[in-house]
Amino acid sequence: MSLDLTPRPGAAPFPRMVVAQAAMEARLMLRNGEQLLLAVVIPVIVLIGGVEGAKHVDLGLSHRPVDVLTPGVLALAVMSTAFTSLAISTGFERRYGVIKRLGSSPLPRSGLLAGKVGALLVIEVLQVAVVSVVGLLLGWDPENGVLGCALALVLGTAAFASLGLLLAGVLRAEATLAAANLVYLLLLAAGAVVLPISSYGAFGHVARWLPSGALGEAMRHACLDGGVAWRDLGVLLVWGALGTALTARTFRWE
Amino acid sequence: MPAPAVEIDGLVMRYGDKVAVDRLSLTVDRGSITAVLGPNGAGKTTTLETAEGYRAPHAGSVRVLGLDPVRDRRSLLPRIGVMLQGGGAWSGVRADEMLRHVARLHRHPLDLDALSERLGLGDCGRTPYRRLSGGQQQRLGLAMAIVGRPEIVFVDEPTAGMDPAARRTTWELLEDLRGAGVTVVLTTHYMDEAERLADRIHIIDHGRMIASGSPLELTRGGSSATIRLVVTKPFPPDAPASLRSALGDRVDVTLLDERSIVVTGPADASSLAVVSRWCEQNGVLPESLTLGQRTLEDVFLELTGRELAS
Repeated sequence: MSLDLTPRPGAAPFPRMVVAQAAMEARLMLRNGEQLLLAVVIPVIVLIGGVEGAKHVDLGLSHRPVDVLTPGVLALAVMSTAFTSLAISTGFERRYGVIKRLGSSPLPRSGLLAGKVGALLVIEVLQVAVVSVVGLLLGWDPENGVLGCALALVLGTAAFASLGLLLAGVLRAEATLAAANLVYLLLLAAGAVVLPISSYGAFGHVARWLPSGALGEAMRHACLDGGVAWRDLGVLLVWGALGTALTARTFRWE
Repeated sequence: MPAPAVEIDGLVMRYGDKVAVDRLSLTVDRGSITAVLGPNGAGKTTTLETAEGYRAPHAGSVRVLGLDPVRDRRSLLPRIGVMLQGGGAWSGVRADEMLRHVARLHRHPLDLDALSERLGLGDCGRTPYRRLSGGQQQRLGLAMAIVGRPEIVFVDEPTAGMDPAARRTTWELLEDLRGAGVTVVLTTHYMDEAERLADRIHIIDHGRMIASGSPLELTRGGSSATIRLVVTKPFPPDAPASLRSALGDRVDVTLLDERSIVVTGPADASSLAVVSRWCEQNGVLPESLTLGQRTLEDVFLELTGRELAS
């Protein structure tokens, strides 16, 4: 086979580059066992374990456990992908020179970010589908809160993704790995993401201002009452703006 | 007349207090192979990275195809190809998948099968990046640099860690790129690589340009040959001076380390005889005594008093 090396430079059209980048990142995430564990397996275990546990231990919930826990687990799934997975994968991309390599390709930074967001959305659609099906099998009976859910998922993704990139931008890859997992565990336990703020007593007043608490509350409000939790969405918006501003100032590409 | 491929004028780069590149100027003609030669830490990569738009000059100016690599980054990037010194791929990505991804970011990429075959990557297409050998990773890096059919490729230490066969393949490909009108700028600390490939060589050391020219111009220089003398025991302290007086003052005598001396100048068989007699008279036992044509290695040695490879 002959190889015609004559120069014929040119960037691919922007949408095609973004689709290629998103598809590539989504494929790599799905291939990575640890990421899948975080994205799907842990949320499903938390959901099944929570619903089963509530049969034996009174969690003091105002509604049926499955109706409270399913939207919370959806929030957890978003947090695991948009925050923990994104931070870890971006941290290692920096370490392995992937971001530097792509920095000399025709893909602009906006395209790289758009690709990352696209990959997150692909994974999240998968997560929402799996968690919802498991929830429905356990008897989940949500109100029609599609608008509230969609807004919460989008703003929650934006807030957590900006914080994940902030972490990956300032720490070394190994430190990012450790910190992203630690924060995830802390928020899972104490961040009012799976359980409502009413389960945390006085600390609930603090937890609702955390991105985890705000996302969890917004999801529960939408699924339990069919409403839009404007205050919680506002909290997510502020976290997203803060994370974006700090990331823009601190992110190093190498 | 089109702008030169690369035009660097008075470039200064610093890392903190350390000056990495010190008022460096050079021009690269289109369609040529240019080698930037120097020891590790000489400032080769830093210089390349300013042309690739990764770093803004602290002083001086850099133009690539007449464009500012930082300000005009977006219009310049599709026209250049970059091979980094290492890394640049996800650890879990397969070799063919990575190359296809980079190809998709370009409008008129090379034929991937032909490119992989040419670089001997056909067998390891399904292998994850982290399991590729160092040489395979290098070749994949080169493939990623040229897959978008650039006008200029910047290759940083392209054959480091390659076996001889892969080196030859890489050299032939770089020569074919030049044949197709692509400008090639490479850094290397291999003399033979620069001598074989380059139309023009810039030797830099401590961030400064110390010599420029074609391989022939550089090696022709003032003197024509070298004699290397390596001995079994350390030389007596006055050895360089006493050897020079034996040989006459048309030659340079450089003490490389305590057991080796290099003589450069119009050396020939009779100079060899003089050195050999000097050894006998001074009770020095030669381990090796060789006469060779002046190489880039000798040029570097004369300019810096050090060996390049060390």
